[in-house]
Amino acid sequence: MSPILVGVKRVIDFSVRVRVKPDGSGVMTDGVKMSINPFDEIALEEALRLKERNLAGEVIAVSIGPSDAQQQLRTALAMGADRAVLVQVDAPVEPLTAAQVFLKLVQKHQPQLVILGKQAIDDDNGQTGQMLAALWDRPQATFASKLELDGERAQVTREVDAGLETISIDLPGVVTTDLRLNEPRYIKLPDIMKAKKKPLDIIKLSELGVTPPAAPIRTLKYEAPAARSRGVMVKDAAELVAALKQRGVL
Amino acid sequence: MSKVLIIAEHFQGKLNPSTAKCVTCAQGISGADIDIVVLAVDAAAVAKEAAALAGVKRVLRLERAENAEALAAVWAPQVAELARGYSHVFGPSTTFGKDLMPRVAALLGVGQVSDVMTVESAQRFRRPVYAANAIITVEVPAAGIVVATIRMASFQPAGGGGHASIEPAQVTAKLPTHTRFVARSAANADRPDLQTATRVVSGGRALASAENFKILYGLADALGAAVGASRAAVDAGYAANDLQVGQTGKIIAPELYVALGISGAIQHLTGIKDARTIVAINKDSEAPIFEVADIGLVGDLFQIVPELERLIRAR
Ligand SMILES: Cc1cc2nc3c(=O)[nH]c(=O)nc-3n(C[C@H](O)[C@H](O)[C@H](O)COP(=O)(O)OP(=O)(O)OC[C@H]3O[C@@H](n4cnc5c(N)ncnc54)[C@H](O)[C@@H]3O)c2cc1C
Ligand SMILES: Nc1ncnc2c1ncn2[C@@H]1O[C@H](COP(=O)(O)O)[C@@H](O)[C@H]1O
Repeated sequence: MSPILVGVKRVIDFSVRVRVKPDGSGVMTDGVKMSINPFDEIALEEALRLKERNLAGEVIAVSIGPSDAQQQLRTALAMGADRAVLVQVDAPVEPLTAAQVFLKLVQKHQPQLVILGKQAIDDDNGQTGQMLAALWDRPQATFASKLELDGERAQVTREVDAGLETISIDLPGVVTTDLRLNEPRYIKLPDIMKAKKKPLDIIKLSELGVTPPAAPIRTLKYEAPAARSRGVMVKDAAELVAALKQRGVL
Repeated sequence: MSKVLIIAEHFQGKLNPSTAKCVTCAQGISGADIDIVVLAVDAAAVAKEAAALAGVKRVLRLERAENAEALAAVWAPQVAELARGYSHVFGPSTTFGKDLMPRVAALLGVGQVSDVMTVESAQRFRRPVYAANAIITVEVPAAGIVVATIRMASFQPAGGGGHASIEPAQVTAKLPTHTRFVARSAANADRPDLQTATRVVSGGRALASAENFKILYGLADALGAAVGASRAAVDAGYAANDLQVGQTGKIIAPELYVALGISGAIQHLTGIKDARTIVAINKDSEAPIFEVADIGLVGDLFQIVPELERLIRAR
């Protein structure tokens, strides 16, 4: 059975209150907790469930990032991924480059499905899955909250602004996960031990034959957002209505 | 000179207000020509609406039988083909635009700027990252086409009174058949739309059941407000998914936002930062929501909400 490729991006943990560096060159990362992008945990969980139902072969976790991203890949292996690939690169890559990397790995591993997150919660770009699908010339089913495989096809329910939409796609294809697709499992201690023995290959971006664009989209500076100031406290519903009237809202 | 192509979002023969917001954003590029393309089976009604938007030069009707549903895989090659005549291609940062635009960008071989909140110049934009805990300024290389999605909470819709020309457009792109529309379901079709409402009443985990969640509707009706929810309320099944407000749900900018039993997690606050007035009712005086609320009330929402509804109706 064909494998499933899953994206595992190393990001600042969702619970961290991210702060901009005073010189505007980036955000503070020293001593900050790093995790698997939450949408990627959901992607991995979905792949594992498909494998457990004998609907898929190997689950391959892929991270593009610094050497430290091995930590997140080890976590992915402990969750149940069969193997991991780190495409090592020191500077962050933009989604188009990430999509080119995934395309190379798709050509190598011939998966039936690539499951990525709908967005990485650091750059909040939400682009990589759609870009991969375009480069691969295959279907995309974004913001998935339900995925059913049926032979050569998948039926995917998508969370859209107006409610839910269901589409049917031919495989292979790309699915991006929304929050309600599943609840990722917790890792048990023995799994962490087992994960140490699973294969984790490290390849360089250049070895894959992918070069980041000569003229990338450049980030010129980081700024803290305009802060909202703390308002007034009222003691009951009547005071609340009065305060709303005073602000001209009612 | 800049030429901007905006991809119209529409449904059942009606233009979505997101398109008019993209027009306002495009007007931030000085001297830009602004065209809108309507992909549809029959684009007449939508094209007419689009042509009335102030500041639009041309509206293109791209009519094909395959365009009946907005399938990104089907629309993207058509948009990419048309885009070659433009310096910029804009779509809304709604689920429609988020699905479509990156596919267009990749077909054009360029990166995309997601969630544009300000236009600094034709190549320079500001956008939020890290759940809007940081705002970055990005510069797109001058060589390629600028593909961007536009953050809805950052722009007012363009006004009416325009007289754009309406012209047919043709593309030769071969369209894939690997993606098929099956069905859609809308849970809240009879209520004000969350994304465009001027008032929103949202509920969180504190509501504790779908049944309880309904007390929000009474207050929302009294205010003429749309209903929203935190992720916790949606995950627990108290509210439908399309009501989720936040980093990974809808980002909104109403005049009035009322948060009931919502703690104020970073991811939720991202969705409401641009609201004019934020009201929070929470029984925990330490809840982070009070750090951003303009008016805060510490107490049990199950007691306060019915009383509040009564006072507002009696007004
Ligand atoms: C990747 C990711 C994306 C996310 N995206 C979003 C998103 O888009 N939107 C979003 O909302 N969240 C999002 N979250 C979740 C977010 O982190 C919080 O978990 C969530 O917002 C909490 O919802 P809540 O405030 O309803 O629940 P809680 O945090 O449990 O808060 C409930 C509040 O109700 C109060 N309360 C309880 N009983 C009463 C009562 N009787 N009267 C008054 N007050 C009462 C409590 O004091 C408490 O403050 C995301 C999380 C992750 C990891
Ligand atoms: N550097 C990366 N390493 C692994 N996966 C990635 C990387 N960048 C993007 N992805 C995948 O693409 C998804 C969307 O990312 P983005 O387009 O950056 O918001 C993520 O949830 C991952 O699944």
